Amino acid sequence: MQQINLLLASLPDGILLGFVYGVAAMGLTLIWGVMNVINLSHGPIIALGMFGTYLIFNKLGVNPYLGLFLVAPIGLLLGILIYTVAVHRVINAPHLSSLLATFSVNMIIIGLGTAVFTTSPYNVDFNMGSVSLGSTTLLGTRLIAALAAIIATGSLYLFLYRTRPGKYIRAVANNRAAAELMGVPSSRILALSFGLGTMLAAISGALIATFFPFSILSGGSYELKSFVIGVLGGLGNPVGALVGGLALGVLEAVVPAFMETSWVPVIEFGLFILVLLVRPNGLFGAKQ
Amino acid sequence: MRNWKQYIGIIIPLLVVAGLLLYPAITGKAAARETAFTILKAIALASSLNILLGYTGYVSFGHIVFFGFGGYVGFYLLSVQGVSLWICILMGGISSGLLAFLLGKAILRLRGAYFALATIGVNEAMRAFINNFDLFGGATGLTLNFKAYQAYGGAAKALEMAFYIVAALAFLALIMSYFIRTSKFGLGLLAIRENEDAAEVMGVFAPDAKTWAYVLSAIVPGMIGVLFFFKNGNVEPHDAFPLHASIELLVMVMLGGQGTVLGPILGAFAYQGMRGYLVTSDFFKDIQLSVSGVLLLLIVLFIPTGAIGWLRQRAAILRRILA
Repeated sequence: MQQINLLLASLPDGILLGFVYGVAAMGLTLIWGVMNVINLSHGPIIALGMFGTYLIFNKLGVNPYLGLFLVAPIGLLLGILIYTVAVHRVINAPHLSSLLATFSVNMIIIGLGTAVFTTSPYNVDFNMGSVSLGSTTLLGTRLIAALAAIIATGSLYLFLYRTRPGKYIRAVANNRAAAELMGVPSSRILALSFGLGTMLAAISGALIATFFPFSILSGGSYELKSFVIGVLGGLGNPVGALVGGLALGVLEAVVPAFMETSWVPVIEFGLFILVLLVRPNGLFGAKQ
Repeated sequence: MRNWKQYIGIIIPLLVVAGLLLYPAITGKAAARETAFTILKAIALASSLNILLGYTGYVSFGHIVFFGFGGYVGFYLLSVQGVSLWICILMGGISSGLLAFLLGKAILRLRGAYFALATIGVNEAMRAFINNFDLFGGATGLTLNFKAYQAYGGAAKALEMAFYIVAALAFLALIMSYFIRTSKFGLGLLAIRENEDAAEVMGVFAPDAKTWAYVLSAIVPGMIGVLFFFKNGNVEPHDAFPLHASIELLVMVMLGGQGTVLGPILGAFAYQGMRGYLVTSDFFKDIQLSVSGVLLLLIVLFIPTGAIGWLRQRAAILRRILA
């Protein structure tokens, strides 16, 4: 009975968190789906998003949710910059090259971030009250973050399916050579996709910063979570990423009710390897 | 020794390691031995990774898991069971090899980036598991009783001995790397790297060949792990499975030239040297990670074959000398 109470208390929180994880993973999986590149600079960009919220709220005094409208375009531009400088040359090279190229971007951001912010933890002291539902209490910040995550997902979906650049992105993801023959400017579309991917990472970081403390290094664990979610939902499948995010959020809420919290990563990564082996297209993806 | 030129591919690497072995004795400084230890350790690990990465073409992002796992098994035997260091090192190698065999059977079916992701997952899963594994001390890890060094003639003697062992392991890694490269088995691996499906058609049984390459690339890291933690006197999950160390190894192999015997040695030298310089220099020490990142990016973008590959492309004569 105690476990059920514990579950009821933590499950809604896990679900809300899952939406935010899902947005980060969506960025990763979009980049993978379009250009078959695993973006190892994903984590530091999530961290930069967190510091974006910190700077906007603590230094400028602007509401963090309003700040998203600043963090998002900066994330987009940063992504386009990273693509142009680091990724474009190795886009057709073996996987090791693109992995190491994005990892070198990771090192550069972490290095500069450490010099500016040090590695000590930061905290955004922001409160949106809370809502009580029976025995559970939901933090306002998490509710709004989940809502923002759903809006971001919906916008991405509309963008990909209802606008011309979005259709270009899907065409390039489907078959780059054929898209080029149809007159799609594939280099620019790849840059845009990379930008969108990092934008989603920055947004999720900005949202996480409203309820968790963070440092320049904390992006790493969210990057690993994004890998797990991406694989659960099927790499290259943005909607799957949201579902995978929910699955991970629920898992993180359910497991501590039965065993110690430190077992959560063991189960997460165990599941990750298992899914990679058994269903490499994800739990919800089409069978090979 | 009529055909000594035939063996020049192994002679140069062995000379480099021999030079490193003698370097502390020549300079007579204790700090020199630490430097040489770090470089020899890097050479042994990078050369091992090269068997999988350079020859077989499988990118392992979590190769340090073998260093950590072997190290943990050996250190457990050493500190808790009181087994002699020699047997512990052997057991470290065997347990890592066994882990690689079991893992290889499962994850080597994945190709390209999926394999790379799986190796990250394996490393993180192992780290998280050891964190909860009470036999290995859980999150606090294990500590070696200082008296254990007495069996090897005191702490100072033990450290000196550790240095000679690491040199021996570096020799072992190089000889293994060279013999694989020149053997028929190695030729099969190179074929898998170029085109796995074609290699299978030509009669290479890829699943077995890949698994053995994985096992061979895991043994020396496991042994080095035991030695390293013996020298440190303690082991923690955090130190045993650092993801960034795996990537540093990839950088070394990439820097020197993947798929060559000499490449990882050169890469290990260059990377450790550069890191040592950046960390200590006044100007770069705050942003040393960024500077390393920029250098890595430049190499990946412009010299993807690494230093040895680049030299081989430039001069035909070097193609025979630089294996």
